Amino acid sequence: MAPVEAIERSPTAGVPIVIRGVTKHYRAARGGDVHALAEIDLSIKAGEFVSIVGPSGCGKSTLLMLVSGLLAPTSGTIEINRLPVKGAVPNIAIVFQRDVLLDWRTVLANVLLPVEIKKLDPVVHRQKARELLRSVGLSEFEDKYPAELSGGMRQRVAICRALVQGPGLLLMDEPFGALDALTREQMNLDLQRMWRRDRNTVLFITHSIEEAVLLSDRVVVMSSRPGRIADVVVNELSRPRGAHTRSEPRFVEHVERIREHFLALGVLSET
Amino acid sequence: MTTVVAADNAPLITSRAAGWINRNGPVLAAFAAIFALWEIGVRAFAIPDYLLPGPLLIASKIISSWQLLLLNAVVTLEEILSGFLLSVAVAIPLAVAVVYSRLFERVAFPFMVSLQTIPKVALAPILVIWLGYGILPKVMVAFLISFFPIVINSVIGMRSAEKEMIYLVQSMGAGELTTFLKIRLPKALPSIFGGLKVGMGQAVVGATVGEFIAAENGLGYLQLISQVRLDTTLLFAAVVVLSFLGVLLFNIVGWIEQLVLPWNRVATEIVE
Repeated sequence: MAPVEAIERSPTAGVPIVIRGVTKHYRAARGGDVHALAEIDLSIKAGEFVSIVGPSGCGKSTLLMLVSGLLAPTSGTIEINRLPVKGAVPNIAIVFQRDVLLDWRTVLANVLLPVEIKKLDPVVHRQKARELLRSVGLSEFEDKYPAELSGGMRQRVAICRALVQGPGLLLMDEPFGALDALTREQMNLDLQRMWRRDRNTVLFITHSIEEAVLLSDRVVVMSSRPGRIADVVVNELSRPRGAHTRSEPRFVEHVERIREHFLALGVLSET
Repeated sequence: MTTVVAADNAPLITSRAAGWINRNGPVLAAFAAIFALWEIGVRAFAIPDYLLPGPLLIASKIISSWQLLLLNAVVTLEEILSGFLLSVAVAIPLAVAVVYSRLFERVAFPFMVSLQTIPKVALAPILVIWLGYGILPKVMVAFLISFFPIVINSVIGMRSAEKEMIYLVQSMGAGELTTFLKIRLPKALPSIFGGLKVGMGQAVVGATVGEFIAAENGLGYLQLISQVRLDTTLLFAAVVVLSFLGVLLFNIVGWIEQLVLPWNRVATEIVE
């Protein structure tokens, strides 16, 4: 693929996360108390790729919002890089299912948005933004507007925007959920490649069990209402992983183990 | 760019002209057909000029009275622009207040929406009593009538940013001001321009109606005088100039929109 090795390794490699006894209650729109998360304990090592899978409404997106500092937990503490999270965290980046590119900015200007807002060095980061776009095959699209790009290209731009600041922690909330199956497979490989280069800590939320197993060092399985951790699957499969990985017995084993949880939780039913 | 050889340039110009005719030809043809039918009808049935003058007569009237029409058009234009700019100056800050203040959102906005149902034209006589015969009552009618579409469209536009978009910049540490300048305002611009286009059309109506009620000059006043004198041709000439003014102002807003929002054309235009 593209010459990724040409890009220097980010000086801000991944940061560790420690989540201790975090719970979250919130008021529903129609009144009443929703118990979204019950006692989550989770430690993530610096540079680790951790996925969270679980049924809809299990609070996995809430957990991501808590880690980002955009929501505050009802109780418990979250530490990123040994510092407690209070409000927006400086060294993180988020990718949502919707690419939320700004229609009025060109592709390059979109990638540079965090640089502008955080008032980072524009010259250095402009160079880096260009290299990132090149590494995902979008060099020719730098000056195009998002409306001229396909869904997969747009999400690539959103990922470049997240990576331009060299974040210690990358939070991804079903980033490939809106893409077609083929584009999604390619995006998985692209993401793995970029992660292996930068070694950010990644917290990745997905509905796809196979995607989680393919990408992660560990897969956290959550059950719903209130959301809690049902299982943590340690995935030692060798990297780089690809299409060949899916046929490995250990891969199939991991997928089966997670699927069993969903069957037990009643999220999947075979009858 | 400036030193293109004429011979090379010629085919470009012809192809451009062809494109223009392709786009605007049907509309022009429709207008030409209507005017031709009108002219033929007026002559065939010998309709007197004080009832319905033919298009050629109106055209020659515009040419012969151009000074009179221009003088009055300038007055009306001044009223329209003053009313419109006042609307913009009040409506956009008010929209920001509605989006950011609970009080404005819960009280002022519903209040404004209900006020919108009042026929503003009906307020014109009252404004004349309060503000006299000068430019002020016309400006106020133009303002009142063009204000609502601008404020409502601006509010809708500023609320249209997806919550993920707001989360995204907040996670980067952006405060309210940055969020507004980088997200809410640019996101709202297409909607704001929609409101400006409607508002501009309304300002033309407002200024003209203001002149109907009490004025000493302006195109509306000229119409009134022509009506009294049964100079129907001049009446039509004033309508033509007023329509031209309306179309021109509307298009100026449209041109500014294209200039400010080049990305919006990319987003909404269908590629051929």
